Amino acid sequence: MVCLENGNIERLVHYFLIHENDYIQVMEGRENPIQHIINIQSFSRGEIDRILDRAAQLEPIAHGGVSDIMAGRILATLFYEPSTRTRLSFDVAMKRLGGNVIDFGPTEGSSVAKGENLADTISVMGGYADAIVLRHPREGAARMASEFSSVPVINAGDGAGQHPTQTLLDLYTIRKESKLNKVKIAIVGDLKYGRTVYSLAHALSMYNAEIYLVAPDQLRMPDSMKRDLVNKGARITETGNPDDVIGVVDVLYITRIQKERFPDPSEYQAVAGSYKITEETLKDVKDDLIIMHPLPRVGEIDPGVDKSRHAVYFKQSFYGVPVRMAILSMVME
Amino acid sequence: MKQENQPENRELRVRRIQNGTVIDHIAAGQALNVLRILGITDRSTEVLSVVMNVSDRKKDIVKIEDRELNPGEVDEIALISPDAIINIIRDYKVVEKYKVILPSEIEGVVRCMNPNCITNTDEPVKPRFTIHRGDGVELHCMYCRRIITDRIADFLI
Ligand SMILES: [Zn+2]
Repeated sequence: MVCLENGNIERLVHYFLIHENDYIQVMEGRENPIQHIINIQSFSRGEIDRILDRAAQLEPIAHGGVSDIMAGRILATLFYEPSTRTRLSFDVAMKRLGGNVIDFGPTEGSSVAKGENLADTISVMGGYADAIVLRHPREGAARMASEFSSVPVINAGDGAGQHPTQTLLDLYTIRKESKLNKVKIAIVGDLKYGRTVYSLAHALSMYNAEIYLVAPDQLRMPDSMKRDLVNKGARITETGNPDDVIGVVDVLYITRIQKERFPDPSEYQAVAGSYKITEETLKDVKDDLIIMHPLPRVGEIDPGVDKSRHAVYFKQSFYGVPVRMAILSMVME
Repeated sequence: MKQENQPENRELRVRRIQNGTVIDHIAAGQALNVLRILGITDRSTEVLSVVMNVSDRKKDIVKIEDRELNPGEVDEIALISPDAIINIIRDYKVVEKYKVILPSEIEGVVRCMNPNCITNTDEPVKPRFTIHRGDGVELHCMYCRRIITDRIADFLI
């Protein structure tokens, strides 16, 4: 469906497919037809499937193909806290699609560094760019930005809140490397502060996943979140011991365990030790188990695991590009 | 509402007011917060009576003379006391009686309890919540999605 060369008929079909969706979008929310990407909870399963389908179509371009889908378009990136990996992933996605990127980061002398508020910065940027990627330390920043923006806002993380493009690339990885429907997944590590865990669990519950939450006592998912997930139909089992579940799951999703979360360094050492994934840990796992990690890792997975067929975390990181291509093309086309 | 039990009717009759408002069926313990919503302080001149923990600690009652409530005040009372009943009194008679209605959404009334929420900054944005009624009243922040379930009165602006 994607036009790598001059496939004019394909292009026309592609155009109609996309614009049919746009039409629905406009009809549903007449006063605000701009499509923002703020949180994963606002997407239906069908909408997520559409994004993942589009990402699959665009993946060849992410591998080094050429496209002009975004030719003449400008994406602005605005990162109030550093996240080089996420910013570069958007940058690459836009450029691979033939578009341009301007960075509005808080560099010395910029209006952002001078203390201009987010609302004003967003209002100004809407005049320069066709879409804005925003990373901000405050929860709800992206939602507020969308209210001031004349162009689509894509949330690239707001505080401990939402990071929908990470969730979508996680879903894409699971769909591609394992299976999304009724997947058995263990989410392991910091389930208390980890920003993406709740969103991922929420999205997976739409696919009838069986979710095992594996965390040390200090880092268990807060009860309010668990209750919320269960109310939304999630099937959840909790344990403190990774060995309980490692043999039965299709996906092992490992998150960073940060030293700062532990008042006592020896407590951290103990937890980090018992949660570390090594070749030894993987002796009795399913043949087609996949191991994911949002990266960067800090010792949760031994480098010896990297060569195993189970390790997909570097692919997962790469899949951020086609998934962000899909999102960019959907909000700007 | 005609089948009110006798003691309550007596209660209204005992402390009859000529003109004003009787707020009945306030959740027990919330009367002082109702006064706060109405902007009544130690310097206010309104004649009022406050009865707390009536009918075996089940409810509070507030009576204010010569004052009728505006819709914004009624909405706020609904947040902390969703079963409250407003009686408007004119010339010693109840001329209007209605139960407060919990609004589905509020803006600029309650601040978000999450200190890291964008609404707790200098940005030009008012806190907004959608309101859900489960066991009690739940406020869901439309920005950070944090849920306020108890001590809502502490967060009134
Ligand atoms: Zn909030």
